[in-house]
Amino acid sequence: MIAGPAAPLTAPAEVRDPVGDTELDPDNPWVVIVWNDPINLMSYVTFVLQKLFGYPLEVAEKLMLQVHYEGKAVVSNGTREKAELDVFRLHEHGLWATMQQD
Amino acid sequence: MFDRDRVKRKGAGRYQVKLRPNEKVLLADLVVQLREQLLASTDDPTVKRLFPPAYANDPERDAGYQVLTRDELLEARLAALDVVERSLEGGGELDDEAMTAWMGTLNSLRLVLGTRLDVDEELPNLPADDPLAPAYAVYEYLGWLLSQVVDALSADLPPPTSDARA
Repeated sequence: MIAGPAAPLTAPAEVRDPVGDTELDPDNPWVVIVWNDPINLMSYVTFVLQKLFGYPLEVAEKLMLQVHYEGKAVVSNGTREKAELDVFRLHEHGLWATMQQD
Repeated sequence: MFDRDRVKRKGAGRYQVKLRPNEKVLLADLVVQLREQLLASTDDPTVKRLFPPAYANDPERDAGYQVLTRDELLEARLAALDVVERSLEGGGELDDEAMTAWMGTLNSLRLVLGTRLDVDEELPNLPADDPLAPAYAVYEYLGWLLSQVVDALSADLPPPTSDARA
């Protein structure tokens, strides 16, 4: 897999609130990221983004190309629960998706 | 082998998959192999690609996600394999649900094979007698078939519901 999802994506100095989740905080939403991989077909990724998120073809294609050329793209955001569900649906379709706090 | 289309959309949510006997034998074999691998272990490197992490930087939360989702993902993949197996034995007339199961299965097979081959976006041009040539040929065949399934299903996508991302 190219584009290591394991790379640190949040500032190292950031300390997670030990009390836990901020899913109800609209100012601090979770983002869902799709990472580039060399296997999934471009047409397939576009289709999945249309199907799961209801994006028009142009938006889905733009996101797919961003994944392809820049290595990743934010495809949705929201509460932790919503992000987790979106990640799950992307995993169901074989896409390499992760979530993190914005 | 690549001379004509195998997947046709017959109408709204109705599809026809027409494969040659050797293709059916190949796919049936791949389905059996993938089922065996999935039932053996979902942590094995051969199938791990089908169960990615959700939290890249948080092993604890990811462990929770895996516990919550692993069985459901596994069940869905196994159910899709069953659908493909049944339609390989039948006449190839598929509804939307079965066509979607085909899409998922073809993509899973590509992910597993592509991971095993450690493919790059540019595939190597191997001589026919290279030991990896058959596996690459299967990989390319799966992609060729999958793109036809995607095209067929794309025609039945509902109208967009979201103008912009998120």
